Amino acid sequence: MAKETHKQEFEIMRHDLVPLHEVISEEEKKQLFEDLNITPDQLPKIMDTDPVSISIGAKPGQIVKIVRKSHTANEAVAYRLVVESND
Amino acid sequence: MERPRSITKKIGSINFSLLSPNEIRKMSATKVITADTYDDDGFPIAMGLMDPRLGVIEPGLRCKTCGLRVGKDKCPGHFGHIDLAMPVIHVGLVKTIRDCLRATCRDCGRLLLTDKQKNEYREELDKYKLEGRDNTYLLKQIIKGCVKSEKCIHCDREIGKIELDKPTSIRENGKKLTPSEIREWLEKIPDEELPFLDIDKKSARPEWMVLTVLPVPPVTVRPSVTLESGERSEDDLTHKLVDVIRINQRLQENRDAGAPQLIVEDLWELLQYHITTYLDNQTSGIPPARHRSGRPLKTLAQRLKGKEGRFRSNLSGKRVNFSARTVISPDPNLSINEIGVPMEIAKELTVPVKVTSHNLEWCKQMIKQKTDSYQEMEDYTPSVNYVIRDTEGMKQRIKVTERNAEEVAEKLELGSIIERQLMNGDITLFNRQPSLHRMSMMAHRVKVVPYKTFRFNLSVCPPYNADFDGDEMNLHLLQGEEAQAEAEILMKVQENILSPRFGGAIIGGIHDHISGCFLLTHRVKKMSSDYASHILAAIGYEGGLPKETVEKGKYVSGKDIFSTLLPDDLNLEYRAKTCLNCEVCNAPKCPYDAHVIIKKGRLLQGTIDENSIGAFKGRILDRIIRDHGMDAGREFIDKVTRMGITAITLFGFTTAIDDEDIPEEAKRQITEGLEKAMKKIHGLVKAYENEELESLPGRSLEETLEMEIMRVTGRARDMAGEIAGKHLGLNNSAVIMAKSGARGSMLNLSQMSGCVGQQAVRGERIHRGYQYRTLPHFKKHDLGASAKGFVASSYKTGLTPTEYFFHSMGGREGLVDTAVRTSRSGYMQRRLINALEDVKVENDGTVRHSGGQIIQFKYGEDGVDPARSLDGNAVDINRIITDIKEGN
Repeated sequence: MAKETHKQEFEIMRHDLVPLHEVISEEEKKQLFEDLNITPDQLPKIMDTDPVSISIGAKPGQIVKIVRKSHTANEAVAYRLVVESND
Repeated sequence: MERPRSITKKIGSINFSLLSPNEIRKMSATKVITADTYDDDGFPIAMGLMDPRLGVIEPGLRCKTCGLRVGKDKCPGHFGHIDLAMPVIHVGLVKTIRDCLRATCRDCGRLLLTDKQKNEYREELDKYKLEGRDNTYLLKQIIKGCVKSEKCIHCDREIGKIELDKPTSIRENGKKLTPSEIREWLEKIPDEELPFLDIDKKSARPEWMVLTVLPVPPVTVRPSVTLESGERSEDDLTHKLVDVIRINQRLQENRDAGAPQLIVEDLWELLQYHITTYLDNQTSGIPPARHRSGRPLKTLAQRLKGKEGRFRSNLSGKRVNFSARTVISPDPNLSINEIGVPMEIAKELTVPVKVTSHNLEWCKQMIKQKTDSYQEMEDYTPSVNYVIRDTEGMKQRIKVTERNAEEVAEKLELGSIIERQLMNGDITLFNRQPSLHRMSMMAHRVKVVPYKTFRFNLSVCPPYNADFDGDEMNLHLLQGEEAQAEAEILMKVQENILSPRFGGAIIGGIHDHISGCFLLTHRVKKMSSDYASHILAAIGYEGGLPKETVEKGKYVSGKDIFSTLLPDDLNLEYRAKTCLNCEVCNAPKCPYDAHVIIKKGRLLQGTIDENSIGAFKGRILDRIIRDHGMDAGREFIDKVTRMGITAITLFGFTTAIDDEDIPEEAKRQITEGLEKAMKKIHGLVKAYENEELESLPGRSLEETLEMEIMRVTGRARDMAGEIAGKHLGLNNSAVIMAKSGARGSMLNLSQMSGCVGQQAVRGERIHRGYQYRTLPHFKKHDLGASAKGFVASSYKTGLTPTEYFFHSMGGREGLVDTAVRTSRSGYMQRRLINALEDVKVENDGTVRHSGGQIIQFKYGEDGVDPARSLDGNAVDINRIITDIKEGN
């Protein structure tokens, strides 16, 4: 499939403009939901077919932590729920 | 205020579906067969479009269906119906019809999918529903999947190609399908297969998309109006319905009489047209139905759609009571949070006050003060317009007049509500459209004033973007204590001095306030104690005259007068706007008095100008707000503006065209400089023509030439400005305004006295017009300065005719740009607002929308409120360091 070949061609995570993504553990996940008082579906989403998801091997149901550079704060942390893509 | 006792119900859900022909007949009060409204005597015709059974519009008459009247018990109106001779397609649903036809077989009506495919899709759909995901894409996919098949899997029939011929005809393999045929086809589609076509089988059947019965809306929906001449004028919808009935009748007659197929088909088509335009008169592909006068009719869709439609004009926005609108004018003696309200408006606008045992006497007194006669401004006494008495749930509204005032006052009971006239100090919302940001609507305290305009302090013009060339503004009165408190806390002008855009002040001294302070504080202004007391009195200063420093106590320094406004703990050091950015800065000892030093609330040196008290960059203003709060900021602005204005009136300040006079010698220098520039341009053109010009990297030869010439003309203008500026000193009012940042710039002045400079359209020299030249006054292919829009004259000497023309071209571009920009940015803002309207910051600092979805994990990623920040930073580190260093 196309997405497999992409992975071999270019390691996007090493690119300067791609922020740090990592799958968080179950405990962290529980803590996050508790801190924000939310259910998983209230998080922003990322598709499992997203090049980043493929690259870090995120599976639907998992949560990806993203650490971006920010103009206002130096580092901004965001979380996304991995979802199954439509196609 | 209490609401009348009634059962409150919450809407759980709303379901939109299609009306079935049976339902239409069932809800119909009458069948409509006559294409007429009223007979010769003016009575509505039975079974006509104005049948009394459809509801009544005239007061007093009783509805024949429900027996209710228009007024109090309110007959809601009742639907009628028209039986169509032949079925007709509903324009709003053609696309769905097309999809249904494409996805099914004409013979058996079943979906063109194998059972296996169907099961797969069903599972998928169920999954989507369970997850609450949007399934439009999947449904489209299903229809696409069906279109591919060539033969029906169930009955082997060949599948034709279905095409939609906009707006309302559908072809199968190029042959037109009549609405009857389509209806028959849709009838065959089995119920269980409807979910795949995005139809809810509980609420609709596909054949209902082809109309056989047309509902006639009640007369209350399309009331007729009687003109002054006694003539009746019907609503657009009624006109359209007349057309529908007329054609429907002719179609029926012709068909029953066995007329040729061709004629019947033509009439059928016409009926389709009328019903289509009845539903939507802006359907593309057909001419809109017009009124006799040529105006396109406003039919059903037009009533709802767009800016003037029901949604945007009547449901999202409404006209309100307790508001006023009039022309605005300035009043420098009002505080920035005050608003002058004309007495006539104050007497009309009211605030409800509940009568309690604590304020009973006061309320009675208020009512007794009622006078109907004209009041002089001096003795404006607010009174009461209405008393609302609540007796056993029945609300009684009594109008208070001079005559019944005594009586009403005596009868006043606890628990009644009096509608009190506007008083000084009431809190109101003041607004100017377009309301582009939150500062466009701020809370002001009322001050009742004579004459007929709203008055406010000039410093509040920038947030409203108001001027006094005829602008009007709106005033809204808050009707409840809760609303008043909220406005007081959140919306008062002083709470909005700091802009949420960048955290700086957007309200500050402007124009004359700045010029005035400049005059007062520039260098050492010697003021006699008379003058000094005059200014200090204007700001309400209490205390001794500032130390009379200059010349053995004879004079008071202007700087000391200004210092009376500063808090004692203020320490600042910065560059004034007047700073010339000299190459060698003698910092603390600036020869131009442009280095401001304030120690312990005393202005030791430097000039007060835009960088001190102006909006956006006023350092003193900014510091006072930060250290002493919004109220202190308000007081400072109030006083500084008053001081500036008193000072400027005292000193006198005027500007005229002779402010731009420069000596002959300077004029000669400018002409010489311009001639030199012309020569240079000539040389460049020559070089270009002889192909000696060297092109800049990445530019063609022509572009290089243009850029070089633009550079030369730009420099020529600057040169003229410099020479002119040398001769315009600070004894010149226009220069004071430009240098202090009050109004205008040195560029404006140099254009008036030196040279206007190159005119440009789209950033290029003017080049369009005639063949190979801009105007017939020049030779063809002339690339010189004056042939391409260089204006060597100054505004004062006057422009030559060709220069004038080029100048107009440049000016026109500016006008067009602003016009285009406002309309485009307006629409952009509308879309942004619609997208963001229910996004808000939660208590935990996250940004979420109404569905609970997280948009941002921390507001702005750093959780800082920009209005309270300093350049976007939560803490001003430099300030803390200097404070500690200096031990404050």
